[in-house]
Amino acid sequence: MSERIVYMDYASSSRVDPRVVEAMLPYLRELYGNPSSQHSTGSKMRGALEDARAKVAALINAEKPSEVVFTSGATESTNMALRGVAFRNRDKGNHIIASKIEHISVLNTLKYLSKNGFEVTYLLVDKHGTVDVEALKTTITDKTILVTVGYANNEVGTIQPIREIAEIAHSKKAYLHTDATPAVGKIPVDMVKDGIDLMTISSWDMYGPYGIGGIYVKRGTRVEPLILGGGQEGGLRSGTENVAGAVGMGRAAELAKAEMASDAERLSKIRDRIVERVLKEIPYSFLNGHPTRRLPHNANIRFSFVEGESLVLSLDMEGIMLSSGSACSSKTLEPSHVLIAMGIPHVEAQGSLLISLGRFNVPEDAERIADVLPRIIKGLRQMSPIAPEEVR
Amino acid sequence: MYSQKVMEHFRNPRNVGEIPDADGIGKVGNPVCGDLMWIYIKVKDNKLEDVKFKTFGCGAAIATSSMVTEMAKEKTIDEALKISRQDVADALDGLPPIKMHCSNLASDGLKAAILDYMKKRGIKPPEWIKIESETEEKCDI
Repeated sequence: MSERIVYMDYASSSRVDPRVVEAMLPYLRELYGNPSSQHSTGSKMRGALEDARAKVAALINAEKPSEVVFTSGATESTNMALRGVAFRNRDKGNHIIASKIEHISVLNTLKYLSKNGFEVTYLLVDKHGTVDVEALKTTITDKTILVTVGYANNEVGTIQPIREIAEIAHSKKAYLHTDATPAVGKIPVDMVKDGIDLMTISSWDMYGPYGIGGIYVKRGTRVEPLILGGGQEGGLRSGTENVAGAVGMGRAAELAKAEMASDAERLSKIRDRIVERVLKEIPYSFLNGHPTRRLPHNANIRFSFVEGESLVLSLDMEGIMLSSGSACSSKTLEPSHVLIAMGIPHVEAQGSLLISLGRFNVPEDAERIADVLPRIIKGLRQMSPIAPEEVR
Repeated sequence: MYSQKVMEHFRNPRNVGEIPDADGIGKVGNPVCGDLMWIYIKVKDNKLEDVKFKTFGCGAAIATSSMVTEMAKEKTIDEALKISRQDVADALDGLPPIKMHCSNLASDGLKAAILDYMKKRGIKPPEWIKIESETEEKCDI
């Protein structure tokens, strides 16, 4: 097949923007030195690092650049936020509240904490994947030290009422952590207006390099570091700084700030075109997630009577790359916990397709996928013992 | 992740469909867990004259279904009952470890179809018959 590969799996892995690579190259070639050194080679690197930090801080409207700490990536940031707040605030309480649809890095860190003396309450979500805010009000107590709810869900795209959640958390003097991995650089995220205390920031999700990420820690937040050593990053994250990575992430943040609105407008048009055509042309297809309050680049569509992995493989044969929420394509052999929490039956959840667009998609991509999907779905349904006669 | 042979069977599955006047139908798996297979057989002179399948499932589920129908066709009942999941996986040049159990139900589906046929005809099934998926953990949803 000579046709261009259509990549619609940006939630799994993204392309580093060539302009980011350009910005990084000098730091991988001729520029080197330790930002903590006293000499001028070192202070040049310090300057580059702090410039990058300021760009990330500007993207999320942090009050001070020093509230942004560079880490090795979003998973580390989440680990640090949850473990760091939990162990540092034991004197106040041992209760943590999370939503049921958090990313696996949040859920597994919470599992670890619950084995180490902390109590975790999981909030339910409605059919659109929106967290039950009323339940948060009745669940939170004076012993609650942390509320963690993702800014937007990476699978179904639903954006959470974070400001409201933050207010409730603060009413009991609990911190609010949000995993904003799929949101930062895609929709406006504002530390001051949103009332966030800690936030996980990804680099590659906004077309930055891999191996680096960030955590926003509001000034005055009581949190322990996860990694100890030379006391870099204000003592919150030791280890000689990854300057090239930080420069790349800073450049990615700068580009995101400048292009967020136009990217969102362009990608949501492509997304809407896919959804419109697919739902119209394929019977028994449904949009998962919130109809309007969702990430502009995300669509999650389920098709009754088919299984997701065979759908992904079939699309791959057409040169179209994406993911599914099916059990077969997961390591745990269970369908997406997000779809299950939204009340979608297991059998239905198996047939879900996660379409995550990115900066490098073009309008023709919508036509490519919408052109081939009806035939693929029909073929799989013809093979499916659970498909009714009229859809085969 | 999958061998070329698995992908070839996934791309061009053999013997898809139903046999309207089947002599035996085997239904295995559970769509809740992501895999469901129905195997249809037509028996003539103690041989499997025709074998067809319908499957809801992943690439491995579809490829193993397709492969087992090819392996079983023209075999005697006893020969077909001896086809194991390992035989099916080997014929496909192997399966990823995680797919060896949940999605590799096709040989059990074939056995279930033969047992259905035997039941209908009042034939006593041989004692050595082994439904492999019965002896291991089910998906616990």
